[in-house]
Amino acid sequence: MLGALIIVFREVIEAGLIVGIVMAATRGVLGRGRWVTIGVGGGVLGASVVAMFAGAISDAFQGAGQELFNAAVLGIAVIMLMWHNAWMARHGREIADEMRRVGTAVSEGAKPLTALAIVVGLAVLREGSEVVLFLYGIMASGTSGSALLIGGVLGIAAGAAFTALTYFGLLAIPNRHIFSVTSWLIALLAAGMAAQAMQFLNNAGLVVALDSTVWDTSWLLSEKSIFGRLLHTLIGYSEQPTEMQLIVYIATLFAMFLLMRVARPSPRPPLHAPAE
Amino acid sequence: MRGILVVIGIVGLVVAASAVARADDYVLTIKDHRFSPAEIKVPANQRILITVINEDLTPEEFDSSALKVEKVVAGKSSGVVRIGPLKPGRYPFIGEYNEATAKGTVIAE
Repeated sequence: MLGALIIVFREVIEAGLIVGIVMAATRGVLGRGRWVTIGVGGGVLGASVVAMFAGAISDAFQGAGQELFNAAVLGIAVIMLMWHNAWMARHGREIADEMRRVGTAVSEGAKPLTALAIVVGLAVLREGSEVVLFLYGIMASGTSGSALLIGGVLGIAAGAAFTALTYFGLLAIPNRHIFSVTSWLIALLAAGMAAQAMQFLNNAGLVVALDSTVWDTSWLLSEKSIFGRLLHTLIGYSEQPTEMQLIVYIATLFAMFLLMRVARPSPRPPLHAPAE
Repeated sequence: MRGILVVIGIVGLVVAASAVARADDYVLTIKDHRFSPAEIKVPANQRILITVINEDLTPEEFDSSALKVEKVVAGKSSGVVRIGPLKPGRYPFIGEYNEATAKGTVIAE
């Protein structure tokens, strides 16, 4: 039972981190609860469908279907996160100002919410499909199923609790700084996802250039440990990244900041940009 | 938007530039949550294709950070894992859903 709990928990926290950050990044935006719920619901539904067709997906594209699918899911999530950050660069200040003034939710922001709902949905879809497959396998095998199943359900609950912890932890950040903190988090999240997507393309046999390992820090922090996994999701930590992954990681960060700079509203008269 | 286009451009170039991978076939069977063979010898510095056949009813995730692979193989089905080129050495892998028993090593030489 404990084994099942841990396996499921590991998968759920990766999606949970993303959901927690998205919730914090949309703090004070009207209707975000509904969007996040739609994202999670859609993700769970999608995960079940993906798990159901796992065999067919895996066999597609000469056996590279699963890798291409993962790369596509991650790629779309990266683009959505970029969109969100660009939007926040433009409107974040207004929202923060308004929140300070009226202390309530702001109706603006319908736009990036679709983007973030998609990110939430994709995160749940990706990790969720593995959870569904795993739990289904337990049920299919019959024998000692129920204890394992309870472990799995407890794992999901623990993962949800972890999501709440992430969210409330981020809420402790003062209003003034919340959007710049979440923008940073989202930039690093996106860079990590892009690097991971690139490795899936390599696994698919599609992008095989620059695939030498740059460093090996498995002795220091295993990617398989819980902390390693958290860092993997949060900032894209990899114990043995390839040159290509590193390049994509840096390029994504660079593109993200370029985009945010371009999107930033043009000269406001007395602009004392706070050093962040 | 410009940033996205730059990224897409870079990705496109790399995809176009990468040579078609040549692959040799190796087979790994999962039964009773164990890999057989538990050790696979492969040539170093080549891209290798391993077909993982899962004979169990339960799914398994072929997982190795050393090989940079995570691949879910559903119960009673098979999947293809592409690895390499590897420097000579030992590369451990596990079945993530049954870590206690599902272990193996790829030996590149």
